[in-house]
Amino acid sequence: MKDILQKYGLNTLTKKILLDLYKSMLKIRMFEEKIVELYPEQEMKCPVHLCIGQEAIAAGVCQHLHKGDYVFSNHRGHGHCLAKGTKMRPLMAEFYGKATGCSGGKGGSMHIIDVENGILGTSAIVGGGIPMGVGAALASSLKGEDSVTAIFFGDGAFDEGAFYESFNFATLKRLPVVFVCENNFYATNSHQSARQSGCRIFESAASFDARGHCVDGNDALAVYKAAQDAVQLARKGVGPSLIEAKTYRWKGHVGPDEDWTKGCRPKEELDYWKEQCPVKRFTELLMDKGALTSAEVEDLKLAITAEIIDAVEFARKSAYPETSALLADVYREANK
Amino acid sequence: MPWTKIYASRTEFEKALKDSPGLRGITYKEAIREATAQLLSADKSVFVIGEGVDDSGGVFGTTKGLQEEFGKDRVMDSPLAENGITGVCVGAAAAGMKPILVHMRTDFLPISLDQIVNHAAKWHYMFGGLLNIPLVIRSIIGRGWGSAAQHSQSLQAMFMNIPGLRVIMPATPYDAKGLLIAAVKDGNPVIMIEHRWLYDHMGHVPEEMYEVPLGKAAVRKTGKDVSIIAVSHMVHEAVQSAEALQEEGIDAEVIDLRTLKPLDTGTIVESVRKTGRLIVADTGWKECGAGAEVMAKVAEAGITLKAPLVRINLPEAPTPASPVLEKAYYPGKDDIIEAAKKTTGHGKR
Repeated sequence: MKDILQKYGLNTLTKKILLDLYKSMLKIRMFEEKIVELYPEQEMKCPVHLCIGQEAIAAGVCQHLHKGDYVFSNHRGHGHCLAKGTKMRPLMAEFYGKATGCSGGKGGSMHIIDVENGILGTSAIVGGGIPMGVGAALASSLKGEDSVTAIFFGDGAFDEGAFYESFNFATLKRLPVVFVCENNFYATNSHQSARQSGCRIFESAASFDARGHCVDGNDALAVYKAAQDAVQLARKGVGPSLIEAKTYRWKGHVGPDEDWTKGCRPKEELDYWKEQCPVKRFTELLMDKGALTSAEVEDLKLAITAEIIDAVEFARKSAYPETSALLADVYREANK
Repeated sequence: MPWTKIYASRTEFEKALKDSPGLRGITYKEAIREATAQLLSADKSVFVIGEGVDDSGGVFGTTKGLQEEFGKDRVMDSPLAENGITGVCVGAAAAGMKPILVHMRTDFLPISLDQIVNHAAKWHYMFGGLLNIPLVIRSIIGRGWGSAAQHSQSLQAMFMNIPGLRVIMPATPYDAKGLLIAAVKDGNPVIMIEHRWLYDHMGHVPEEMYEVPLGKAAVRKTGKDVSIIAVSHMVHEAVQSAEALQEEGIDAEVIDLRTLKPLDTGTIVESVRKTGRLIVADTGWKECGAGAEVMAKVAEAGITLKAPLVRINLPEAPTPASPVLEKAYYPGKDDIIEAAKKTTGHGKR
């Protein structure tokens, strides 16, 4: 394993971190696959945007974040939250529309919150969470805290003015932000090349005198290393970085199905990217190098399965919100 | 209460000031500046951000000198990125700060609607009340000197339509200070819409910090014949028209809404129930406007009016630049007087 780690500039990486990274990815994959399995029951009555195929990015970035660091996610956000430490129970219950959900059943799968783990709410407006993330970083900077904010967004959000406005402000004020663009090449069904003239997202950082870096988003160690550098720079007060991580989403824009059947994207493209599966690649690498055994994989899967089953049971058994909650919390009431 | 009285002219106010040496008089813009300075002093989480808040004019005097006093971290200039910076403020508020975002014109608010409507207004509800967004967005309505269509809009009704927002439009220096302080402490996103023509208006303003509660209208003059319910600059037009009407034997009640969301339905209904006649004078447009909402509240209360109600609004057109067209565009006290005469002529007085 040492030779590989050396290649990535990760010489000091411990086995524990490697396994944590692996576990994080596996957890996201298995959680999302459970949704694929259960969604046809129509008990989760909200749209779901799955991140199968993109797990290495959430896992690789969040490995570097402390509990108090902020994460701003987006509509495709289950993975980011799980990687940041969000428990499965409040997530699953939210998808089932239950009062025990992270947002009390008022948000659904696109609006996840986990204040304790630094997730201050998730926007489903493309690009909407980017300025908010910069705002959280401004708050920590004004308060003199050393927390870092990671903002996850897709290549679609790179079309939005909100990105440029926010990136400019973050670099101007040297705020502790890591901008993570998960470039899966599609905004719903529109290819990046139909929406962007340059298709070199990371290079835009240069014109803001910031650091831009492009990585293979399906290579867990590459993402881990890029995020390590970016988070360190942010925490030291050097300022923001932009990581463009190229990846691919296996499922359609929304829902549990593959969308090539509807003619949204070519099947050959999906087949190619499935070969590039980040979980498979990392599993094979770790096992080849003797850093992971089949028994360990099985143990991990058992533990994760147990957690998922518990979360689904919890969600199913939980009560729906009382209808009296309909008008509650539109405003913060005085002295609350 | 000396604070609630509106003087028709500066001379009249200065005379009143001389008669009450214990009272202090400052302008509307000074009242906003004073409130902001006191908020910055009292609460470390408050900061001010906006295009030109640190320039020599200080947003018509309302932020003048604040950066020198509180530093660049507390009072910061902003890039011309209205939506992005609004989002930065929403995020900072979610992370525990209390930003005051300043726009020189209300016309800049539509650029930031995504963050106001989709984010700030939704955050508390969408996440089950776990986080609130204590954010005050100040903006100023321009008028005159060819301000034209993009520097003069009164967009309060747009924001009244959105649950999760509060909308305030102070008409006096006392209310400007008290409502701004209350808005920052409220803990919800508050759209504060000021009027450029009020900036040099003087009134009694206590030196200490105080709050004017959100959601409470003020009765500026009591009367029994007709209720004139007014907003912002139109409150002053209404007060002047009420004085003129009094001389003609029409006893008008003038209500200053002060807060448009939530509306003080109780005060509105009580007044109209008494007078049976209603005129609403708003600075904005008519259709789906603030006046329409006031009238809906009156209708819902089941009040039978003695005469058809009258809405005084801007004509249904963008603001023109030419002085001749501009003069024809804005309604004022004469329109209110005419409306009051018409409406009182219908029933028994």
